[in-house]
Amino acid sequence: MAALVAAIHVFVAARQGVDGRHKAGHDDQWWWSDSRAQLASLNLTTNSKETKMVDVALKPTMARAPARTVTAWDRLKVNRHWLGLWFMLPAAAFLLLFLVYPLGYGVWLSFTDTRIGRTGVYVGTENYEWLWGDATFWLVVFNTLLYTGVASVFKFAIGLYLAILLNQSLPFKALIRALVLIPFIVPTVLSAIAFWWLYDAQFSIISWSLRHLGLIDHNINFLGDVWNARWSAIFANIWRGVPFVAITLLAGLQTVSPSLYEAATIDGATPWQMFRHITYPLLTPIIAVVMTFSVLFTFTDFQLIWVLTRGGPVNATHLMATLSYQRAIIGGSLGEGAAISTAMIPFLLVAILMSWFGLQRRKWQQGESND
Amino acid sequence: MTTFTRRALVQGSTALATSAAWTGPAFLNWAKAWAQTAPWKPEQGAELSMLRWKYFVQSEDDAFVALIDAYTKATGVKVTVARESYEDVQPKASVAANTGAGPDLFWGLYSLPHLFPQKCVDVSDVADYLGKKYGGWVPGAVKYGESGGKWIAIPICFNGNLLNYRISSLKKAGMSKFPATTDEFLEYVKATKANNTPGGFALGHASGDGNAWVHWCLWAHGGNLVDKDDKVILNSPETAKALEYAKLLFDNMIPGTASWNDASNNKAFLAGEIHWTDNGISIYAAAQRDPAKKDIADDMDHSYWPIGPAGKPTELHLMYPLLAMTYTKYPQACKSLMAFMLEAENFNPWLVGSVGYLTHCLNAYDANPIWTSDPKRTPFRDVAKRSLTAGGLGSVGEKAATAIADFLVLDMFANYCTGREDVKGAIAIAERQAKRIYR
Repeated sequence: MAALVAAIHVFVAARQGVDGRHKAGHDDQWWWSDSRAQLASLNLTTNSKETKMVDVALKPTMARAPARTVTAWDRLKVNRHWLGLWFMLPAAAFLLLFLVYPLGYGVWLSFTDTRIGRTGVYVGTENYEWLWGDATFWLVVFNTLLYTGVASVFKFAIGLYLAILLNQSLPFKALIRALVLIPFIVPTVLSAIAFWWLYDAQFSIISWSLRHLGLIDHNINFLGDVWNARWSAIFANIWRGVPFVAITLLAGLQTVSPSLYEAATIDGATPWQMFRHITYPLLTPIIAVVMTFSVLFTFTDFQLIWVLTRGGPVNATHLMATLSYQRAIIGGSLGEGAAISTAMIPFLLVAILMSWFGLQRRKWQQGESND
Repeated sequence: MTTFTRRALVQGSTALATSAAWTGPAFLNWAKAWAQTAPWKPEQGAELSMLRWKYFVQSEDDAFVALIDAYTKATGVKVTVARESYEDVQPKASVAANTGAGPDLFWGLYSLPHLFPQKCVDVSDVADYLGKKYGGWVPGAVKYGESGGKWIAIPICFNGNLLNYRISSLKKAGMSKFPATTDEFLEYVKATKANNTPGGFALGHASGDGNAWVHWCLWAHGGNLVDKDDKVILNSPETAKALEYAKLLFDNMIPGTASWNDASNNKAFLAGEIHWTDNGISIYAAAQRDPAKKDIADDMDHSYWPIGPAGKPTELHLMYPLLAMTYTKYPQACKSLMAFMLEAENFNPWLVGSVGYLTHCLNAYDANPIWTSDPKRTPFRDVAKRSLTAGGLGSVGEKAATAIADFLVLDMFANYCTGREDVKGAIAIAERQAKRIYR
């Protein structure tokens, strides 16, 4: 999906380049046609006799080939679109091979009854019909939406708060910024194992501490109870995702010109007004991008769930990605697993469209009209 | 995860009798003599490659490597061994069978050869040879090994999953020996909870321990996923009884078992948090190895699964069959290696190396000293004889494998025990899924 977003960026950039060139081309042509008109007017003054004499006198020396007509190939050779096409070819081939083909193949598999190690036959929408009536599948869709929704909102709120905090002048600013990134740097599997121990039914340090403080009299059933398990998994995901949001938004904050704040201060704006009318609008495009990525990563999360619960208890934390893996790779029903993966695409497209419309705001930001 | 944890737990139990057995010149002479007289002569210039499940007990793998070395020295056939997590052998073997390229031999999990029986070398002659020489195969092994009247794989061993319990808490519960029936077992479970020495079975997605206990519970009450013709018969009063019984157990277990995976009960037992659970011999092996856990090793023992209304043992143990692919250029070498592995001179020290983790399928190996030198290992001797096969009454093929991999029965029990569904709802969900798998 990230590649698709990148492709859109490339496309937008290319369009802008083409537009710019068009303008220049138009200018050239205007100049050229103008001078032709001048030449034509000059020609009117010369008489035909003189022309013939000149022709005769020059004939022997002009025995060169008639001016070559400009072929389509000549035009093509200097055509920048044509050249551009060639430059784009490696990228296109790359996307085709590693994105379009696997994605297309996955969608095709979802219409077959393929099993691991055995090619299947086309079964139409049988897999989807089965999933439509599968209570587990709908539970998993609910889990995924809950997981993504709650985690993303918290990641955004905490990330924005942290970014604004880190944007102030603090002692050891660079060091603190680096420290904030740690949860993001630790490989997911490792942090997931750490959480697995933190949430253990018997050995949780959280339960142990609370018990020794006399606050509870039995261990907290973090991963064994349906809702406890969901919140525990969401918490672990938020912990891991906040640094990405915070650091990216911090980068966005630093592009906001201080002069705007100065002007606002002179006008007597309150800190809230400054945030609401300067920081927030100028940060919108970057928020759109960072939240799109955050939603995509959360929606497709796999490692954390697989290490913590493997989808349990009773499928309460199964996400679409983990259910797809369980049914396709472990259970061997590739077709059904592919159908579950394919069912994720509409949700992901919505997230990408959000990014698209978020990016549109750039024009407005650059002082053009908002369309 | 599971693989790593279990292996880590038992890693130190190395070098029991392993290296000594295969190094003496006498042994090499035997191996060479065997190669001369064996019915299978490896092809000229033969080389073999094998993909096996990754060991849980280091000393088992040491013994295995020594055995393979001996085979190479005796026959001149070079054998390359690759190891994969046991869950990954099946997909790789399936792809190899499909594409006709890959390792010559696959040593994987229970129903592996039945996924592509026509792609497996017919090894009936090897099975007959070994069966005749070593007192015959146990019935479960025959079911796993045979397909369409011929042997498509050699069942090397079972991996037992039995009850692990603390002796002191059994006595405290007022019992002199471990409960032999499901009713007694329930009394025991209730008593351990009352005595604050509870135990637990995994109800999370634990492929090994979780599946073992729920299948025992279902079968013990006469419930079955499918009949002998693979027709789904899950929706029955017996299944409902099994669920009710499991719920009673669950209510008296330590809290949190719904989140357990295969490693959770090992950790909890070794920490003294639980006093009974179901597991392989790895808890005992780990407790023996760690001096700090000596009190646990001394105070624990193993037992068969209690017998329920069905009136016979209803246990599910893992099977590890070894198969050769038809695309191999050296079928005779494959067969000779299979036979060599199970010859007493090799298999006996190997069993010793695996410290009870692996159980033989050939009756003659009941006499191996590993089963009697420590009486606590003895129950594991019989798991091959007592084990039912994956799929219960039904076939052992791909459908049974999928049902187990998809935690169909396990989730049915978890759904009811945790109160997410009532009996009818839990059965209905599982039945719908089963009908699709067995269509």
